[in-house]
Amino acid sequence: MNVKAWFLVHKWTSLVCTLFLLLLCITGLPLIFHEEIDHFFEEETEAPPMPADTPQASLDRIVDAALSERPDAVIRFMFWDNEEHPNMSFVSMAKSMDAPPDEFISLVIDSRTAALLDAPEPDRGFMYIMFKLHVDLFAGLPGMLFLGFMGLLFVVAIISGLVLYAPFMRKLDFGTVRRQRSSRLKWLDLHNLLGAVTMVWALVVGLTGSINTLSPLVIGYWQQDQFATMAADYQDQPAPQKLGSLQASVNTADAAIQNMHMSFIAWPGSQFSTKHHYAIFYKGDTPLTARLLQPVLVDAQSSKLLPPEPTPWYVTTLLMSQPLHFGDYGAMPLKIIWALLDLATIVVLGSGLYLWLGRRSSTARRVAEVKSGGLAEEVNA
Amino acid sequence: MSSNRKTLWQIFRAPLLLGLLSLTGLIGALVGDGLFDLISWATLGSALAVIAWYWAKPTV
Repeated sequence: MNVKAWFLVHKWTSLVCTLFLLLLCITGLPLIFHEEIDHFFEEETEAPPMPADTPQASLDRIVDAALSERPDAVIRFMFWDNEEHPNMSFVSMAKSMDAPPDEFISLVIDSRTAALLDAPEPDRGFMYIMFKLHVDLFAGLPGMLFLGFMGLLFVVAIISGLVLYAPFMRKLDFGTVRRQRSSRLKWLDLHNLLGAVTMVWALVVGLTGSINTLSPLVIGYWQQDQFATMAADYQDQPAPQKLGSLQASVNTADAAIQNMHMSFIAWPGSQFSTKHHYAIFYKGDTPLTARLLQPVLVDAQSSKLLPPEPTPWYVTTLLMSQPLHFGDYGAMPLKIIWALLDLATIVVLGSGLYLWLGRRSSTARRVAEVKSGGLAEEVNA
Repeated sequence: MSSNRKTLWQIFRAPLLLGLLSLTGLIGALVGDGLFDLISWATLGSALAVIAWYWAKPTV
């Protein structure tokens, strides 16, 4: 392809995605720091101090406590975060198993006494709005997939921009910013400099963001694929009416797993399990394996184990795409770097928009501008 | 600004180096904590330092 073709690819992919990418960059900025912001503005529930060797209550007591607090609801998930919230069991309930994922009831229960600690209302404030705008534009799965497609256009825009960087820089030294001539030339130089420097980061964050938009589909496929195959023998059995002991099921799963610890449990009939099993998810203890999940399916009535199988590659890809998109895996300095690179991307997007809006011009003149390192437009001006 | 036409290598060596540094940083912090985090901050931070340097530097 020649310079003109690449220019047109760069122009049109950018034009279609730029406004959405600006929205994603702006809403993504507070989301980088969501833990810190939540921590600052919300009253954090804590488990009351008790002797360190106080034993944990049976999980069946946690289940009973949740169901007696909300007899009108069912449990879908239970999860733990022992580093940030020790001795706290988080129970996610809903009016019914197939209620929309957004419609959940949260309970926080003391893991030692099974006492109710908190029943937080779902957050519907600023951060929720930022989150929804960033993830699905308040439009559910179609909104997610739409933003995923915008992410892919962004990736094409970056690659075509990289191709145009070559003719543009033919006679220029790396890092040239000509600020004495016109404002257009200055922003053209900055657009090229910032675009070239942040390219790999922007590609990775764009691509992993697009992969993340596929998560409902990937999880759904996992359920249909691996979980359905593992539980093939249960296919013709009716869903259990009354569930057996959760603690017994977890004991069974624990015995089948080494060097990992329990992260969350999905109930039978939920999005992350089969109709007949508790899906007990384990994660590793190193920074890398802490991001990966190993499920163990246990019959929710008899506590009989299904031999665990390795997590399929498409789920691993999804799980690894999350930290690479969020920037939450290298402590506070990495979050600050993420935020600054996000701001640099806003400058690339904004300057690109400015260059397009700046002056009406023919494609031929724009291509000449690229080929001359920005000077053709100068002469004509 | 030099008037000679540059080769592709001359044009892309600096972005390529920064790209490799960024990639090292992106993967580094995933692999481990402590030293790996430090490497990640330094390599990804280098892209920001380059932007700051050339943006602030008075040129032609």
